[in-house]
Amino acid sequence: MDRPHSDAAGAGRFLGLVFPLLPAIPLLFLITQWGSVAEGNVKSVSFPWVPSLGIEFSFFLDGLNLLFALLISLIGVFVAIYAGAYLRGHPMLRRFFLYLALFMVGMLGLVLAADLITLFIFWELTTISSYLLIGFNHDKASARRCALQALLLTTMGGLCLLAGLILLGYTAGTFDLQEILARGDYVRGHSLYPAILVLILLGAFTKSAQFPFHFWLPNAMAAPTPVSAYLHSATMVKAGIYLMARLHPVLGTTPLWEWTLTIVGAITATLAAILAVRQTDLKLKLAYTTVVALGTITMFFGSDDSVAIAAAITFILVHSFYKASLFMVVGIIDHQTGTRELDRLGGLGKLMPVTWFCAGAAAISMAGFPPFLGFIGKELKYEGALAIATEPTLVAGAAIFANILMVTVAGTLALKPFIGRQRPKSDDIREAHWSLWIGPLVLSTLGLTFGLFTPLIAEGLVQPAVVTLLGEPKIVKLKLWHGVNVPLIMSILTFGLGVCAYLYQRPLRAFLAFLLSFFPTTADRIWDALLEGLKRLADVQTRWLQHGILRRYLRVIFLAATAALLLALIRQDNLSLSVAIPALNVKEWTAMLLVAAGAVMASSVSAPLAAVCALGALGVGVALLYLFFGAPDVAITQLLVETLFLVLIAATLHRLPLSYGRHATRFRRLDALIAIAAGVVVTITILAVIEQPFSSPSSDYFVANSMPEAFGRNIVNVILVDFRALDTFGEVVVVFTAALSAATLVGYTLRGRRR
Amino acid sequence: METALAILVGILVATGVYLMLARNLLRYLFGLVLLSNAANLAILAAGRLTRATPPLVPPGMMEPPLPVANPLPQALILTAIVIGFGLLAFALALLTRSYQQFQTLDSDQIREAEPVKEKKMEEAQG
Repeated sequence: MDRPHSDAAGAGRFLGLVFPLLPAIPLLFLITQWGSVAEGNVKSVSFPWVPSLGIEFSFFLDGLNLLFALLISLIGVFVAIYAGAYLRGHPMLRRFFLYLALFMVGMLGLVLAADLITLFIFWELTTISSYLLIGFNHDKASARRCALQALLLTTMGGLCLLAGLILLGYTAGTFDLQEILARGDYVRGHSLYPAILVLILLGAFTKSAQFPFHFWLPNAMAAPTPVSAYLHSATMVKAGIYLMARLHPVLGTTPLWEWTLTIVGAITATLAAILAVRQTDLKLKLAYTTVVALGTITMFFGSDDSVAIAAAITFILVHSFYKASLFMVVGIIDHQTGTRELDRLGGLGKLMPVTWFCAGAAAISMAGFPPFLGFIGKELKYEGALAIATEPTLVAGAAIFANILMVTVAGTLALKPFIGRQRPKSDDIREAHWSLWIGPLVLSTLGLTFGLFTPLIAEGLVQPAVVTLLGEPKIVKLKLWHGVNVPLIMSILTFGLGVCAYLYQRPLRAFLAFLLSFFPTTADRIWDALLEGLKRLADVQTRWLQHGILRRYLRVIFLAATAALLLALIRQDNLSLSVAIPALNVKEWTAMLLVAAGAVMASSVSAPLAAVCALGALGVGVALLYLFFGAPDVAITQLLVETLFLVLIAATLHRLPLSYGRHATRFRRLDALIAIAAGVVVTITILAVIEQPFSSPSSDYFVANSMPEAFGRNIVNVILVDFRALDTFGEVVVVFTAALSAATLVGYTLRGRRR
Repeated sequence: METALAILVGILVATGVYLMLARNLLRYLFGLVLLSNAANLAILAAGRLTRATPPLVPPGMMEPPLPVANPLPQALILTAIVIGFGLLAFALALLTRSYQQFQTLDSDQIREAEPVKEKKMEEAQG
């Protein structure tokens, strides 16, 4: 019994070794292109897809998406190594790697796409793979719920994005991203610009967890930790950020863009910072700090100042490195001790020195201490914040506030689990396998190295991205030491307050909890209520529209048909009705009266047999009318059918109840009104039709050609069996089918009875 | 003449619709008969009424002597009558069968496809 499982585990181990090579391939390719792209060259490749709509399956590589693609594949390699170890022996490891590979393809395609529709396809691919990965532990109801929430929110945004992209392509006259980038002025001046902006930003905000869509990201922590480290901190949530950066030259620099991004970003950063400090679950704490980072970056993209943009780009880089490492560290702690609850951890530093080193290095970068890349990023942020034209105080204030709390969170992550008394008390806790700590070690060390060798980053990555984004050559200088200036003073203030906040963490947390208790509800709960409401609405409207009561459906049908006829009559311009007293002779009057009396009787008698008799009289009356008005063939057929109908009724009536039941005698006022309305409208319609001048060339043709062409004297018969023979053949098929079906229905009962 | 026929069709439609809106399926069926007769007569009226000779070509002639009744509506009505009869026969068989099945002809009570008490049952189970 154990064999299949161990086979699977063995294959999984093999996969764990091979899988990291997959993201290594694009990584190596990107590194070979790096030098050329950093000098400003653009590589592109394109395949025709829907040429008639101008849609291509095309990709390109320039300074901006090089940075994102490098991050995706570099972190991808380490996450893949880490995941192989983290999920070792998991029965569904192969499935996990499949989803992860799907995501990598989606994410790389998204950032490299050079066509709006291509971009959207890959955007949705990341959404779907994110859903599969969040719900990876699908035996847990909470994981399923969180996965669905993320899926619904991001696909909702995705739909908005699709609409926005199509409008953008329509406005710009092309779906080619590079061409659109050159038509920014035209797009911004177009009357559709606000709609395009709002729709695309909705897509970006849902994907990048901006307020008020921020709540899905902490919930997405239901995913295994490698997923959180990769998708929900370093890459996928940056897709919205990438989109904003990519379209900045087209949609940016208007007041609408600047204010929306600045305000939404500031709210997101501030709110998430508060929620981050309040959390005691290490992973959720990290999730909220990711939201802080996303908010901060959004805030900076609101500006078109080169320092602010450079700050945002640098921060994307910094954040990806330290956040991926921290997530993996938390995963290691969880993996080795079985908990990630802050209050249950302590004194692990001696047992897990490498992990502590990784945590420390990443946290220092997060807190923004020199000489790490994080410090440079933060200095640049402050400088950029002061340079933002719209609202420097707001941006700088939000940035400082968020950073103070980031210092606190960083301190908590780097120190709390590792110092003090050892908790949990267990002798089994030891350092993790190398494949677990290699990822965070390399990534956090890179953060340090880049801090020390800034030109590599400044000229190789940040500057090309900024130049691409702003479309003009700018020299970006990243330095560790700027001299004493305002940003430095702001930094010192941040450290001071951050350390204070760290030391008084417990009262601070209690205070924040007290503050948050004034909010009546959380976004998460509002979302649940919305979903519940939607379900109830669907239920109510389904029950209202599809009640399953035949006569109510019929009422709607008859009313609608009557209303449609009435509308057509009203819209008729020269409607004239001449109602003349009909000049009928006695036998015609008799036939008419017979029909009318039969109809009225059939509808009013309270016994089926009487109604059958009335229908018989009516049928004879109708046949007589055909006879009087020159249609003997029709009259014969009508009589024949009447007879057959009577035979049928006689054959079946003994199996049916001989009374209508207790409802039959009641006079239905509403139904009578509908019926009379229908009758009156039909009468008026026929009168209106008769008023039209009559000409029937086909009748004339049949009359003239029946004998010469078809050699038949009975013109009606000739029409049926010669001119329109194919119609008659179809009719025969219909009647035959009806007869077969009826025989089956009735015959089935007979056989059933015999048994 | 057409005026009288138009009013007659109106009466047939009104009584037919009234019957079709009843709960009893047999009455629905009778309503169907009235409605299809109404449709046939409406076609006849639209082709204009005439007391002229039927559309028959006398022996020895290539065309009937004018005026002649319009043959086209007659051909259409013939088709309609036969198709209407097919529909009726099938509906009657269906009706017999469903009465066998449900022991009622009250359409409000034949709710196999869209049951009413689904929600209550769900609540009882949940």
